[in-house]
Amino acid sequence: MSDPLFEFCCRMGDNTLVLGHRVSEWCGVAPVLEEDIALANTALDLIGQTQLWLGLAGEVEGKGRDADKLAFHRDVWDFRNVLLAEQPNGDFGQTMMRQFLFDSWHLMYLKALMSSSHEQVAAIAEKSVKEVTYHLERSTDTVIGLGDGTTESHERMQKALDRLYPFVGEMFIDDEVDAAMVEAGIAPDPSSLRAEYDAHLDTVLAEATLTKPEDDFAHKGGKTGVRHTEHLGHMLTQMQWLQRAYPDATW
Amino acid sequence: MYAQMIKSTGQGVKSLDEMEPEERAFQERINAGGKIEPKDWMPDGYRKNLIRQIGQHAHSEIVGQLPEGNWITRAPTLERKAILLAKVQDEAGHGLYLYCAAETLGVTRDDLTRDLLSGKMKYSSIFNYPTLTWADMGAVGWLVDGAAIMNQVPLQRTSYGPYARAMVRICKEESFHQRQGYDIMMKMANGTEAQRRMAQDALNRFWYPSLMMFGPSDKDSVHSAQSMAWKIKMNTNDELRQKFVDQTVPQAEYLGLTVPDEHLKWNEETGHYDFSEPDWTEFFDVLKGNGPCNTERLEARNKAWDEGRWVREGLLAHAAKKRAAKMAAE
Repeated sequence: MSDPLFEFCCRMGDNTLVLGHRVSEWCGVAPVLEEDIALANTALDLIGQTQLWLGLAGEVEGKGRDADKLAFHRDVWDFRNVLLAEQPNGDFGQTMMRQFLFDSWHLMYLKALMSSSHEQVAAIAEKSVKEVTYHLERSTDTVIGLGDGTTESHERMQKALDRLYPFVGEMFIDDEVDAAMVEAGIAPDPSSLRAEYDAHLDTVLAEATLTKPEDDFAHKGGKTGVRHTEHLGHMLTQMQWLQRAYPDATW
Repeated sequence: MYAQMIKSTGQGVKSLDEMEPEERAFQERINAGGKIEPKDWMPDGYRKNLIRQIGQHAHSEIVGQLPEGNWITRAPTLERKAILLAKVQDEAGHGLYLYCAAETLGVTRDDLTRDLLSGKMKYSSIFNYPTLTWADMGAVGWLVDGAAIMNQVPLQRTSYGPYARAMVRICKEESFHQRQGYDIMMKMANGTEAQRRMAQDALNRFWYPSLMMFGPSDKDSVHSAQSMAWKIKMNTNDELRQKFVDQTVPQAEYLGLTVPDEHLKWNEETGHYDFSEPDWTEFFDVLKGNGPCNTERLEARNKAWDEGRWVREGLLAHAAKKRAAKMAAE
């Protein structure tokens, strides 16, 4: 295993990079103008957070790789984002359900990181919490609004939840990187946040008149990099294309 | 300029003596530099003309997201991606203020959207050109936003209050957009051979379409004369185009790029550059729907609108339920 702190920073930064990229794919084609603005704003926040997390990852690694080098010159197996983040946008409902499931975890985790023993981790968390609080507020409102909207919007949101729920569990699986982070007082065990997450989910889903799937099966392999979904490779071919086609250029 | 070929009354400008007292007072207020506000009396022609102009401007901001959105997912660095996202977010925001400004004249955003989607209302011809390399993000900022600013800065003094106020904020953001575009061009023009080639190619493809943004000469146009009398158009198309060329040519020289016009030269006598007119046949083809990307742009907007219907209906239905529950509780 490489330096656990490097792994941890890559996990945080790859989550925001991959999800930010996905959200940015909506540019100009949202259901309504206000959503175009909100989606661009969310993507912008996530990409900004990526610069901080991957920047820190590069410093920790100490091999001269900066945030761009990490973002644009690693292949699928070196990415450490959870599988949820790389799931395709689908319809607007699937995009917002993915956002809600992620934001709910993200905010709790970032709040815990604010008291991290690592000064830079705590500082990035503090900045990010402000942005992610808004992300969660918006994704929650949208999930409720569409879940408890028309018959069609309800059905689409239920389908999105059924489709994405199997990717929730991975965010709460502890492994040796997490153990090292707990040991160093840098980050909490992800599993310690599960109960609070479930309670939050239950409240929101009840208001949205949506039913949480009974099966708690969890796909995994993203945060360890062991097995991503097929979707990530396609995203990287687009995201990394310019950097890889013209490796001697600066932009 | 994001509004092109806006039709006015077509009847020529009336003198003050020919006007009824109400219209005369209206015109005198404009002549004195006053602002017209939504509840003030205004001639029907003024209202219609402004709806067309502001609507076309708003549509241009909305459709204008597409050629740039084309590169957001391929932006070469995190910083460039963030800047481009911020820029596109600004464009959507401009669309929003402009639709709001148009709504003060008695149309709804939905009316205007319907007319955009059906092809009845136009958006700027420039957004029917494709963005093919990363240098095009530079050229769009530098040239397209640069041309837009030429027109929009004077519009901060336009006679219609809500439009003028929207322009103040828009101009601040546009000038940032232009700077970021030029910054991309600097990197490209001073980069590798491939980057310099992309930069020159982008200038070659965007130069004449940018000149077309100002519209054909309108020095003899009755529509233009009326719009200028109403101060909803502040300069002729030729004046603005000349100003744009004069400003842009030295910038291209600084980049070490060649403006694709063999007749371009500084004229000591006039104190301006002489330059070639764009191909106006191409311009009218683009307006008719035959530009390189007209079909894709309208298809993309229609698809987004159609696929978003269930979302809009869902959120409205939820809002209605909440209202009903609140009323029942009171």
